[in-house]
Amino acid sequence: MTSICASLDEALAVVTDGCTLAVPRETAGVAMAATHALIRRGIKDLNLVAVPTSSLQADLLVGAGCVATLEAAGISLGEYGSAPRFRAAVLAGEIHLKDSTCPAIHAALQAAEKGVPFMPLRGLIGSDLIAQRPDWRRIDNPFGDADPIVLLPALRPDVALFHAPLADRFGNVWIGRERDLMTMAHAARASIVTVEALWDGNLLEDDLRAPATLPGALYVEAVAVAAQGAWPLGLPGHYRADPAALRDYARLAATPAGFAHYLDRYGHERRAA
Amino acid sequence: MNAAPPDEAFRVEELLADVMARLIGDARHVAVGMASPIPAAGALLARQRAQGRLLVSVLQGQSAFTDGGRELFDCAGQGRLDVFFLSGAQIDGQANINLVCIGDYQHPQTRFAGSFGSAHLAFVVPRVILFRHEHTPRTLVERVDFISAPGTSPPGIYRPGGPVALITSRCLFAFDRQRSRFRLESLHPGHALDEVVAQTGFAFDVPDIVPTTIPPSVETLRLLRERVAPEIAEAYPQFSASVFAQR
Repeated sequence: MTSICASLDEALAVVTDGCTLAVPRETAGVAMAATHALIRRGIKDLNLVAVPTSSLQADLLVGAGCVATLEAAGISLGEYGSAPRFRAAVLAGEIHLKDSTCPAIHAALQAAEKGVPFMPLRGLIGSDLIAQRPDWRRIDNPFGDADPIVLLPALRPDVALFHAPLADRFGNVWIGRERDLMTMAHAARASIVTVEALWDGNLLEDDLRAPATLPGALYVEAVAVAAQGAWPLGLPGHYRADPAALRDYARLAATPAGFAHYLDRYGHERRAA
Repeated sequence: MNAAPPDEAFRVEELLADVMARLIGDARHVAVGMASPIPAAGALLARQRAQGRLLVSVLQGQSAFTDGGRELFDCAGQGRLDVFFLSGAQIDGQANINLVCIGDYQHPQTRFAGSFGSAHLAFVVPRVILFRHEHTPRTLVERVDFISAPGTSPPGIYRPGGPVALITSRCLFAFDRQRSRFRLESLHPGHALDEVVAQTGFAFDVPDIVPTTIPPSVETLRLLRERVAPEIAEAYPQFSASVFAQR
């Protein structure tokens, strides 16, 4: 059964050093309050998987020294520029990169979701990505005639961590339109979800909400309330990203000292309820 | 913000959006990736001209997708997406694009965000339009340092799509997939052939007579400023404000 936790730290207990942690793209419900809780705890050696891209969250975790391996199709701050700590860590050779492409990450999660060992994907052949991904295999399509295609191994994260608008007291989580969260949660061994608020009633008994609801008993290990829990990123349909805070980050994170200053200023004062 | 310029005057972004809208032509479905305000303006302009018969998916903003970010790639894999825009930190004369790094991959001198969807979309979308505003030997190179997506594929590789054009702040190139080579299609007003040759790191074909890119008409500028600007302001407020003086 899903635990409805009183604190972020309690909810995040299963996110342990060295685990494979899947997180959503910057616009889909990023658990930023939980990310700061992990950084405060001093988590390390994460195998971080961006589904399929990340912005502030990955840059913070990399900058704080929490990440050993990063699998992603793109890490940037979007309109606020390149991701400075990611860039510095790559140039210094401090993290192991598994450079990917968006649909490869989606497809590998879909393989895990189905419990099959791999998924084929078109494209890729002729991209230098292939040389950097010894885990990808090129085969001849067994149903075709001299038709090479690339197989991607199933990607099964230990934990999927994301932020959503609502959960009920049974641990069911309403994700709205952000269907990639559903795939992530299906693929992962466990999901930890922070939400804006708890919903009185059972989301699965509401026909309009149920198709966009992740059943807690099957997938969700723990839920914690974190109001404004995606801040300074946005939560679709609820609040927009905070441009001032993101500009602040882009400016401060350009240097290690500025990055530490950002963590001091933003990482400690916004403890969730 | 200053008031919008008079109709005779136009900004280069407006010219580029107009060129992109023409290249989109009579497509049914166009998608625009993240951080692509000029392609988004071009696609929304094309939709204005198509009187709604064009589906535009702006990933940083409006789309008809209900199955998550992956639906774009699933659509593309099936052939339900006709046109997509890709950029590159480097683009070379064979239309290979690099979104990863400068220098050796293991010991890069510079690192960029990553390949995003390019390694799939460049293969399966019938008409990929390459776009790079900065047109210098730094961005348009003879050979990219890392191939995020190749411009062409050898026979036997599944490749229904690929690049058809490259638009920069100086000119429009057409890409010939058979010959794996760019041809100068038109020079934007105020730009010269010598300049483009000097600022391009790769060799390309030049026709005997090089046309000038048709500037945006008064009607096009009206559509851009009155219809497209407000539509684009939600996803790209800073772009819309600076280019269209839209608040």
